[in-house]
Amino acid sequence: MRYNFGQVNERKFSFVAKARYFFIFSIIITILGIGTLAIFGLNYGVDFRAGSSVDIALKKDLSGQKDAIEKYLGDSGFGKPGLTVGSNRVTLRFNDVLTDAKEKELKAGFAEKFDKGASFEVNTVDTEIAKELQTNALKAVLVASIGIVIYVSIRFEWRFAVAAIVALLHDAFIVISLFSIFRLEVNLPFIVAVLTIIGYSINDTIVIFDRIRENLRFAKLKTSADVANVVNESIWQTLTRSINTVMTVVVAALCLLIFGSVSIKLFSLAILFGLISGAYSSIFIASPLWLLLKNKQKPKAAVKSPAAS
Amino acid sequence: MNRLLAFIIIVVVSVGVVAGTSNWLFNDVKLGLDLKGGFEILYEAQPIEPGGKVTKDSLVETAKSLEARANATGVAEPEVTTEGANRIRVKIAGVSDEAKVRDILKKPAELTFRSSDGCAADKGYCKVELRGSDFKQNGANVQQTNLGQYEITIKLKSAKQFADVTGKIAKLAPNNQLAIYLDDTLLSAPNVNGVIDSTDASITGNFTREEATNLKNTINLGALPLNLTEKYTQSVGATLGKLSLKETLFAGAIGTVLILLFMMIFYRLPGIIASFSILVYIWLLLLGFNLIGATLTLPGIAAFILGIGMAVDANIIMAERIKEEMRSGKSILSSQKAGSKHSFRTIIDAHVTTSIAALVLFFIGVGSVKGFAVILLLSIVISILTNVFFSRLLLTLIIRSGLIKKKSLFGVKESEVSAL
Repeated sequence: MRYNFGQVNERKFSFVAKARYFFIFSIIITILGIGTLAIFGLNYGVDFRAGSSVDIALKKDLSGQKDAIEKYLGDSGFGKPGLTVGSNRVTLRFNDVLTDAKEKELKAGFAEKFDKGASFEVNTVDTEIAKELQTNALKAVLVASIGIVIYVSIRFEWRFAVAAIVALLHDAFIVISLFSIFRLEVNLPFIVAVLTIIGYSINDTIVIFDRIRENLRFAKLKTSADVANVVNESIWQTLTRSINTVMTVVVAALCLLIFGSVSIKLFSLAILFGLISGAYSSIFIASPLWLLLKNKQKPKAAVKSPAAS
Repeated sequence: MNRLLAFIIIVVVSVGVVAGTSNWLFNDVKLGLDLKGGFEILYEAQPIEPGGKVTKDSLVETAKSLEARANATGVAEPEVTTEGANRIRVKIAGVSDEAKVRDILKKPAELTFRSSDGCAADKGYCKVELRGSDFKQNGANVQQTNLGQYEITIKLKSAKQFADVTGKIAKLAPNNQLAIYLDDTLLSAPNVNGVIDSTDASITGNFTREEATNLKNTINLGALPLNLTEKYTQSVGATLGKLSLKETLFAGAIGTVLILLFMMIFYRLPGIIASFSILVYIWLLLLGFNLIGATLTLPGIAAFILGIGMAVDANIIMAERIKEEMRSGKSILSSQKAGSKHSFRTIIDAHVTTSIAALVLFFIGVGSVKGFAVILLLSIVISILTNVFFSRLLLTLIIRSGLIKKKSLFGVKESEVSAL
């Protein structure tokens, strides 16, 4: 019985006992993320770099005509923009801002030469604006975190608040890291995706915390193993819900990724990463982290009612 | 029996209302330019004269003027808003001739009267004597002269100023012309032979009636109080926007159907009720969209998805809780009571926490972050209404009607139920 924590059911996997591996796993990804972010940064799209991007939806298949398009661009004085040619879509990235007149010329010229039914999306950005939006979003997330800490501290206790915020920042950071590691392009919608993830992450975490709080109320807590047991039981009790919820939202995000329009593919991918990370962090990071904080309490206080913080 | 009747009436009425109005509601949702085609420009304003200041008034004035210009081109509902201290955002969706509208918006159209006072011989009329702000707004008119020509009359704010200028120019003979420029285009350069002490001036030239009218409009619309530079532009072709919308709607529909199927198979009776609530939820969300006049854009769709996720979550939390209570041996009725009560607190806590985040994003955020927050807040409120209260009402009614006797209708196997 030496290895038995209180009344841990041996049939069940102990999320709490294995928590250190998940912590290590998350820390490794975080360090990797910090590393790639520090060395390569994010692969900023046109929204964050000065310049213009042109997306052209085509009626014809131009996939074999990359050279012809390149030649046309060179001959017409558009220089050598980054060029991707798909079966029904052509994307151009200009490092310089495409002036209004140039834009008109390109639209008319391209339609004339290659495809009469071409439809264009042109984005021209001054980096200042995107940077501002980024800072603004960052500020908003920080203030929101403070708001959440206050609310959760009042409704639960401060340890829950800290654990929830760590999970939230973890999820946001994982998505940013993954985009950095895989060199996926970051544009303005990415910021919105990260915000969505934060919303989901906090929602997901609170539900498990609520169950821990409820179980603590009725539990007889003598040792820290008892508290660990309560946390583990709470995770198990809410596990079906956690899995079912994340599954339904992942299905929605997957549908958008597979069937949705090209312009929101990366956006859907960011959401997808975040959803999985959100579900993971609620179970494997937030709850054990709360336990860790709780156990740091003086041994005597650990026995007391959880409402007292 | 009454409860069953109430249940049936609620369901039938909801289905009727949703089915009957969905089409209208759907067509009424304002689509953003990324889904409909159109363009968006973010301008930054600078004072026209160096050293001047961009005031809130001049910014609003410029925005109004931009809106008037957009309206003059006949586009539907241009959206012109000021942002911060010196920015103006213009959104125009569903334009057929984008290039033309953009040209008109951008045209600075400042009317100036210039002279060659103190200019080098080859510089022409280099001295600006009177500028846009010296003319009365909307003061331009078209007149037919005695000779059957068309001329444009304009009104000045101060007769004295005009007298001073004309008096000065008259002395410059033979270079005594008062050149009238629209931006950098010379319209006419009449000779000034003496002091004109009047607020009326006219521009003559060989204008056709149409040219004269166009010029009059440009002058009247013209004279933006501030200089504008484009900081951000996005233009989406109508076909591309429609394609995005079609693809995204298709993806959303498949996602929703899969989610509802899952709910019905996994949760049986509560799942069916949940699916029903979610449909009502989507309908209400669209209604809310229309009522607050929100524009659906791609980030909006993201908030929508998160909203549906939270809606499903609320239903799952309740259904799971009721199942747990049943497994502990409680009767269907008391399981439903206890399950609803316990899950309510959880759901409210989760929703309130998320709405704190949404509120902060709303108050601090700008642009698409703010738009996202609005939709998120709206969906949180509607989610509580439908997925908590509406779901619970339906479930209570049908359980109390005594029609539901088997726990298997909740996805609970008899073997899982432990003795109380």
